Amino acid sequence: MNDSREKIIEVHDLVKKFGSFEANKHLTFDVYKGEIFGFLGANGAGKTTAIKILCGLSNPTSGTVVVAGVNVNKNPETVKKRIGYMSQFFSLYNDMTVKENFRFYGGVYGLSSKEIRNRTLFFLDKLNMRSYENMLLKNIPLGWKQKLAFSVASIHKPDIIFLDEPTGGVDPITRRQFWEMIYEASANGITVFVTTHYMDEAEYCERVSIMSEGEIKALGRPRDLKKNYQTDNMNDVFLKIARNVE
Amino acid sequence: MSVTINIKNLVKTFEKAEALKDISLNIQPNELFGFIGPDGAGKTTLFRILTSLILADSGTVHINQWDVVNNYKEIRKITGYMPGRFSLYMDLTVQENLEFYAKLFGTTIKENYDLIKDVYEQIAPFKNRRAGALSGGMKQKLALSCALIHKPRLLVLDEPTTGVDAVSRKEFWELLKKMQKKDITILVSTPYMDEAALCDRVALMQSGKLLSLNTPQHIIDDFEGNLFAVKTENMYTLLNNLAAFEKKTQAYRFGENIHLVSHAGTQKTKENITAYLSGKGYREITVKQIKPVIEDCFLALMNNTNAS
Repeated sequence: MNDSREKIIEVHDLVKKFGSFEANKHLTFDVYKGEIFGFLGANGAGKTTAIKILCGLSNPTSGTVVVAGVNVNKNPETVKKRIGYMSQFFSLYNDMTVKENFRFYGGVYGLSSKEIRNRTLFFLDKLNMRSYENMLLKNIPLGWKQKLAFSVASIHKPDIIFLDEPTGGVDPITRRQFWEMIYEASANGITVFVTTHYMDEAEYCERVSIMSEGEIKALGRPRDLKKNYQTDNMNDVFLKIARNVE
Repeated sequence: MSVTINIKNLVKTFEKAEALKDISLNIQPNELFGFIGPDGAGKTTLFRILTSLILADSGTVHINQWDVVNNYKEIRKITGYMPGRFSLYMDLTVQENLEFYAKLFGTTIKENYDLIKDVYEQIAPFKNRRAGALSGGMKQKLALSCALIHKPRLLVLDEPTTGVDAVSRKEFWELLKKMQKKDITILVSTPYMDEAALCDRVALMQSGKLLSLNTPQHIIDDFEGNLFAVKTENMYTLLNNLAAFEKKTQAYRFGENIHLVSHAGTQKTKENITAYLSGKGYREITVKQIKPVIEDCFLALMNNTNAS
């Protein structure tokens, strides 16, 4: 990777302890602007803990984290305005319509009514979903919901989008359409920070890190990791690195 | 006693949505049978009918000689069911949950310990921890232990590996292979296409219909057309260019490559594809003809269904 690229996330010696348990052990890594960065690891490896800190939802025990030029520890509220977040488990409100979801999140981020209207139409046109704007979200199929959630997470034009297992449970065609949206965002200069359990999706990332037992055990381009671990697929790389430890 | 399942013309509709559209199939004794498909395929609806938790609109299910509606009490005794959503008691400990399920079925942990030993040993160090405080992989192992504690002859597992990491998924399938040897018929559903290869037979499902039902090897053998894995220096533009290679070509991302399905009839070779891409200005071109995996087959079947 070219070191002259602008860094959008800088993590240095990040430690997070819960009592005597070290969930994150001295993490140090950078993410570049416009990069698609895969943040992988076994269940319980410490991924969620780290993501919460990067998003300003939790304070590190020690170490520094700078996201979009803002020190997260000192200014967590400033960071939240610069990032978007989407998770498989928490995203949109089922008992609101498509339009109301956009309106709600636009309001949370302090957009004007006009901006909200423009951005809503922009995304609905792009997804070809203009005629669904007044439908309750619970009546929308899962694959479309995920695309809407990604759009809503981008409504305030964030510098970085965090995607926590965004593609769980959808069919292979919809999963690929979702990745086209990720590529497009990246081509427009938005940094995408993504976790997934689908190892073929790890191949779609420019670089990936693999966590195990609170540490980053490997970080690099998929092709370099495969070479280092002498295999032709990321699944084997993952199995070799991420031992299962509770 | 081995369990055989006979499903005939099953239909289930929820308000406007047809969840199951005339499904018929048979499951053999001690088979490890996989239902592979995305959300909305109808997997959970089917499992809930088989376990006597909901009624079908029409059609029949027999588990051995028992009808799933009239003889539901017999069926429940021999069935272990692990729902897709974690449904154990979060505020009971690991051991308390297991004891509770054993008692419900009038048995004890001790009596059937040999059956759950392989699974339970992995969570035993945390037996005094509340279920709500377990990690995803551990919760799933506890749920499997509870589903097995009454020594069922039929095990129904609804998406046991969804949201579970690749290491835990591998371990879980190794456990299932062991269970199968203990005279248990196992039905398992999953959205992960790569898990299909681990089943004896699989049903590929989409929108309430069976796209295909066969052994994983047969499904792969039935793949129509020639499949190529293509890589160049610019993957972003490659997808659209490959999609225009011939009429009705299918091109889609697959890991580090793009997969291109070319019609068997046109007999295109990797040299044809390389020449085509050179003409488009690509330089570092790698084209390999490859064998399909289940995900390729699923994409092809989905494409045929959407087109027809």
